[in-house]
Amino acid sequence: MSLLQVEGVSKKFGGVVAVDECSLAVEDRSITGLIGPNGSGKTTLFNLVTGFIPKDTGTVTFRSRRIDRLGPDRIYELGIGRTFQLARIFPRLTALENMLVPVRRRGLRALLSGASWGSERARAMEMLEFLEIAHVANKLGGALSYGQRKLLELGAVMMAEPGLVLLDEPAGGVNPALLERIADHIRKLNDRGITFLIVEHNMGFVMNLCTNVVVLHRGRTIASGAPEAVRQDPAVLDAYLGA
Amino acid sequence: MTPQQMKLARWLGLAGLFVLALLVPIIAPDPATTNIAVFTMMYVGLATAWNIMGGYTGYVSLGHAGFFGFGSYALGLMLAHLGVKAGYGPFLFVPIAGLLTAVLALGIGWFALRTRAATFVIVTIAFMFMLQLLAENLVGLTGGGGGLSFPVPTWGGDFFNTPFYYAMLALASIGLLVSWVIRHSKFGLGLLAIRDDEDKALAVGVPTRAFKLTAFVISACLVGMIGGVYGYYVTYIYPQFVVDPLIGISMVLMVFLGGLGTISGPVLGALILEPAQLWLAYNYGASRLYLVLYAAVFLVVILLMPRGILPSVSELISRRRTSAGPPATAAARTVPR
Repeated sequence: MSLLQVEGVSKKFGGVVAVDECSLAVEDRSITGLIGPNGSGKTTLFNLVTGFIPKDTGTVTFRSRRIDRLGPDRIYELGIGRTFQLARIFPRLTALENMLVPVRRRGLRALLSGASWGSERARAMEMLEFLEIAHVANKLGGALSYGQRKLLELGAVMMAEPGLVLLDEPAGGVNPALLERIADHIRKLNDRGITFLIVEHNMGFVMNLCTNVVVLHRGRTIASGAPEAVRQDPAVLDAYLGA
Repeated sequence: MTPQQMKLARWLGLAGLFVLALLVPIIAPDPATTNIAVFTMMYVGLATAWNIMGGYTGYVSLGHAGFFGFGSYALGLMLAHLGVKAGYGPFLFVPIAGLLTAVLALGIGWFALRTRAATFVIVTIAFMFMLQLLAENLVGLTGGGGGLSFPVPTWGGDFFNTPFYYAMLALASIGLLVSWVIRHSKFGLGLLAIRDDEDKALAVGVPTRAFKLTAFVISACLVGMIGGVYGYYVTYIYPQFVVDPLIGISMVLMVFLGGLGTISGPVLGALILEPAQLWLAYNYGASRLYLVLYAAVFLVVILLMPRGILPSVSELISRRRTSAGPPATAAARTVPR
């Protein structure tokens, strides 16, 4: 069974069908790209998988467990993290505090104990160092550059040790040098066992990074497979790449 | 000065302030001064309690006067129905009034916290006016417009205000302690994350609904207890005086003046505004001239220091340090506690 299984999921907004009987699978330890033209339903699918909007029909399972009726915080607890199209961080918290917000804690005592004590702080600093932004640990999120925010958002998601991370346009608005760094970080994190599902328009980025690619068109999956095979697929060329 | 020395100096300073607060009725025992001290300490507690919800989560409630009035009525009715005599006994029932207020806040918060931003503000105002109307119309229970009387304390003279001052000091101290624990906890970090970006907080696993509701209930519980002590202090309460929008606005303004979302900002705001208001009342009669002062303060805060005194001063110091050339990371922290 795949790590994430989306089966026959649909979502309508009024008369607009955003996702239409969509099915896809994300294999464990893969880096899966989710591509498609604007308005093909990629971000809506992300919102459905992470519980931000309820589906109309279909099922979503993660590690063989139905998650399509759960809220975003419960889905996050089960091990699915996400980033947003435009990097979203907490602007009035420091970078280090941004890293500590996603740390999972259970029980009243744990919630009322110090927010930045012990091993969690050390782990956050280690992740910031890994992402090469440890020097901004005590800076407010709002004072960081866009690139630093992108990296911080990625690092913060990792703090809860998720099994699957959904990245919404990680290359958007990023310069080529940083883009290569982000791709490198994703590869290294994938080597540590984290699975990625990435929405991206930058085809070079997707084809170089991803082990598997799924193509959406008008809310439906029209192709999936290895990047090279998908690139040659006539339906994909017609709907997206050839356009 | 090393960070450890600074920490020690801060704790010593706080201990000194607390001792000074304990000595106020001894240093200035005249009733006029202790009356100002009672009300100032009351607003220190109210502003601190409001800040736990409004400051940390960013959800501005203008209906906290409803909880203040409810706590006041809850204590008054308990004392009347249980036949509690005047003396120190009524103070023992203050925590129960707080718990009853917390239960009410749980119900109100359950509905109100389904909304955000301006809608939440309006919903809280609506709940406050509903409580005021209920207090006026449930004549059999509350006495309606005729008011509700408390037992009159047996002690008198210059000492009359002193027990109430210490009761308010105790509640303000509890409020500050709770605020400090929350601000330095994972729970508090979650509340601040909600303030910054609620959807993002949800996306990184913060159970936003439960966190907001908990903060709302804690805040209301503290306000209810203070309302109870206030009722016993004034010995007679009316709906329009205890469920008074001006009480709610005052605590909000004090927090905005001192520093929203900081621990010491609400204290500073209350220490500035409440004595000023009472000074105006003493010198110019009950003309509500203080409302002009409030309006002026609102304007000054909004135009010059939208983040309040403490964050603005802290930012100024940080900028000066930066220009003097200290390590960037030390200069960058601009979040005052």
